[in-house]
Amino acid sequence: MTEVRVVVNGRVERRDVEPRLLLVHLLRDELGLTGTHWGCDTSNCGACVVWLDDVPVKSCTVLAAMADGHTVRTVEGLAPPGGLDPVQRAFIDCHGLQCGFCTPAMLLTARWLLDHTPDPTEEEIRTAIAGITCRCTGYANIVKAIQQAAS
Amino acid sequence: MSFGRVPRKEDARFVRGRGRFVDDIALPGMLHAAVLRSPHARARIVAVDTLAAESHPLVRAVITGEQLAERGLAWMPTLSADVQAVLATDEVRYQGQEVAFVVAETRYAARDALALIDVEYAPLPAVVDARHALDADAPRVRDKPDNHVFDWEAGDAAATDAAFAAAEHVSACDLVYPRVHPAPLETCGIVADHDPITEKLTVWATAQAPHAHRVLLSRVTGIPERRIRIVAPDIGGGFGNKVGLYPAYVCAVVATQLVGAPVKWVEDRSENLMATAFARDYHMRGEIAATHDGRITALRVRVLADHGAFNATAQPSRFPAGFFHTFTGSYDVPAAHCRVTGVHTNKAPGGVAYACSFRVTEASYLVERLVDVLAFDLGLDPAELRMRNLLRPEQFPYRCATGWEYDSGDYPRTLALALEKVGYEELRKEQAARRTTGDGPLLGIGISFFTEAVGAGPRALMDIAGLGMADGAQLRVHPSGSAVLAVSCMSQGQGHETTFAQLVAHELGIGVDEVEVVQGDTERTPFGLGTYGSRSTPVSGAATVVAARKVRERARLVAAAMLEVAPQDLEWVAGRFQVRGVPGTGASFREIAMAAHSDLELPDGVEGHLDAAAVYNPPNLTFPCGAYVCVVEVDAGTGQVAVRRFVAVDDCGVRINPTIVEGQIHGGLADGVGMALMELIAFDATGNHLGASFMDYLLPTALECPMWELGETVTPSPHHPVGAKGVGESATVGSPAAVVNAVLDAIGVRHADMPLTPAQVWRAGQGRPLRPDLAIGTESTGGGP
Repeated sequence: MTEVRVVVNGRVERRDVEPRLLLVHLLRDELGLTGTHWGCDTSNCGACVVWLDDVPVKSCTVLAAMADGHTVRTVEGLAPPGGLDPVQRAFIDCHGLQCGFCTPAMLLTARWLLDHTPDPTEEEIRTAIAGITCRCTGYANIVKAIQQAAS
Repeated sequence: MSFGRVPRKEDARFVRGRGRFVDDIALPGMLHAAVLRSPHARARIVAVDTLAAESHPLVRAVITGEQLAERGLAWMPTLSADVQAVLATDEVRYQGQEVAFVVAETRYAARDALALIDVEYAPLPAVVDARHALDADAPRVRDKPDNHVFDWEAGDAAATDAAFAAAEHVSACDLVYPRVHPAPLETCGIVADHDPITEKLTVWATAQAPHAHRVLLSRVTGIPERRIRIVAPDIGGGFGNKVGLYPAYVCAVVATQLVGAPVKWVEDRSENLMATAFARDYHMRGEIAATHDGRITALRVRVLADHGAFNATAQPSRFPAGFFHTFTGSYDVPAAHCRVTGVHTNKAPGGVAYACSFRVTEASYLVERLVDVLAFDLGLDPAELRMRNLLRPEQFPYRCATGWEYDSGDYPRTLALALEKVGYEELRKEQAARRTTGDGPLLGIGISFFTEAVGAGPRALMDIAGLGMADGAQLRVHPSGSAVLAVSCMSQGQGHETTFAQLVAHELGIGVDEVEVVQGDTERTPFGLGTYGSRSTPVSGAATVVAARKVRERARLVAAAMLEVAPQDLEWVAGRFQVRGVPGTGASFREIAMAAHSDLELPDGVEGHLDAAAVYNPPNLTFPCGAYVCVVEVDAGTGQVAVRRFVAVDDCGVRINPTIVEGQIHGGLADGVGMALMELIAFDATGNHLGASFMDYLLPTALECPMWELGETVTPSPHHPVGAKGVGESATVGSPAAVVNAVLDAIGVRHADMPLTPAQVWRAGQGRPLRPDLAIGTESTGGGP
């Protein structure tokens, strides 16, 4: 077992975990943050995207031990309780989600994009979310939601 | 008016990560399960040694086929009157088949223990190519004399043969609609919890059809239905993948009974792609007869259907090929006939999934490809050829040559709108100009006009596993006038909580926010067959409206007592019962609801309260339609395809929530791009699965999808209570042919099979397209006659 200390959504969390434990399972199974989803084993679908030190990563491809001493932001930390980040608001307004399974990853990626590129082109948006698969929306309304959040 | 672009009720939880999917469920003492699967497509099981796995300190149980056999559970019935192995005992019949089930204290320990199980296999030759499944020397997939599953036909063979004999022109084409997979982003899973004291089983599962799951689970396990509760929590996409009962669900139920603790099993992506319900795998030969000027006179189709090792397709019993006999599509075809032969191969079972509307997808692809082949052979414009043959509005209701009665539509107007929206004439000019100058990538324009057949079904004709396809709705009205609607269908992202609340609000004149929708829990909802085949709005939606109208008629009686008038003197106006001819005298629905629960004296025979229930048995299917135009650019050097534009004009009757309807269409269009260009479950010559991860089974991303351009026509269904037709699968049905037609139009090739990967497009351009279902370099005939 190895001890990990991770700041998750502003809270310090300490756990003794197996060295092989994936970050996605630390978040979901140990910390109960089930907004981060798991959809494949191969880093393709992107449902598990969280921020690690302000960079979106696929948490199925990060060991919990690698997050030791770092900060993690999940969808639960996107807005204060009861509030909505502008990207969350825009996804609702633009029907940018259906089943909701890819949505947390899309939101976190959109937030990161807009933090770094406040006025992205459509191509920049599509490139930014190209690592996340959505089986429901055909992406158009997600792109529109990110455009709306930008404005 | 409650119809319209109402924001979705379900979004508030999903954008906060507060959805509750099956893998989010954690119960005290819950154990985790994993499935050991066959590495072989076909092999005899010589021995299974579980001792080392059982000795693992965190393992609580290892279940094998032999143990299930002792309980009479080694086999379970499928949805198609066949049986399927729960855990293999004698022989494994496809790669990925379930062999053993491990229950452990942690997720990781369960997976570790799989490696400790020692199975000795004696590999056997496998049947991989469906076209050789009926050869005399083919290995037998099952303990039967041959690999034959069924023969089925529709239409008039003699009339069709006569029409072909007299035809001025015949075009023929071999087409493969390859095996693909719905691959919902959330895989399938279950948490099973058996209480040994009450003997009650509670199951949380990714179930598109919770009530059907309960019946089936009861039949398999012998636990009475009254002691089984199925709860479908939020579902992360289904697309037909989550209709059936999977072997590991039965194992999880056995395991929770065995160990006395809740057991969770959630499959991984490879398991999902290798072992759960696939789609399509239809090998088709289509012939189209026509006059020289392109008037279609007959269609003849021969299909070889690969059903895998067990016949487990989820479709109405009387229709072993689903609704494939909608293959006359949107055209006035005087004579038509199809013959479908189903065969076993050493591949995973399933077959009706991926938003296919019971094989309307295959039928629509076939006819839309054949029409383009006919246009190619006759040198006619594919838009003009379609316009000449489309059904005309005055022909509805229209009985097609294979017996379906189409309810309504205005096909020429729908196609004309799509062509106008895309700027068809200008695009053809641009295409001609590019061909002349050789500048830029090749431009292709592809058209598809589909007719869907959804909302199954009339229960006298349609059942699944003996359960007639009717659905219930229960509506409870509170004293305040707010309401709770309980329905048998189950959303997988379609927004039922919103759409169904809109239906009730529309009928009762209350706010959408005043209606709560309950779904996905067999203890809180009425019986019904669930959500697939685009049947929620056509069937459960209709049941909802019928129940709401019953409530309204009860409200009329209460209002009459309140206002001391005869019930027939009241008229329903904008959410109120109004006394006819006495403006200002009436009662709102809220006032009536309060009175119905109050001490108001009611006439004899008038019950208090306003609750009502309905069971809706659809009189016919509904027939949505649409005209799709896809514009692609193809790099002639690399074969790379880019979808530049996609215009979709859909007619799904009355739209209850246009935003949700458009979202459904968007998703289906992306499916079509995926299937046409990249999605494929292929096998090698020994039956190894070649699409078992998202590295190999490619799904479209935001980079492959354009901004969809939508339009609409509205011809209400004459038999649905609000004129709605259903839309969930329309775009998945209609779009693949548009994309394929566009790519082939760009490269000037008569036919090549999906998926049109760069390699396939390049080879097709050289006249050497591949057969997609066999990965090892088998050249197709190029679809030639």
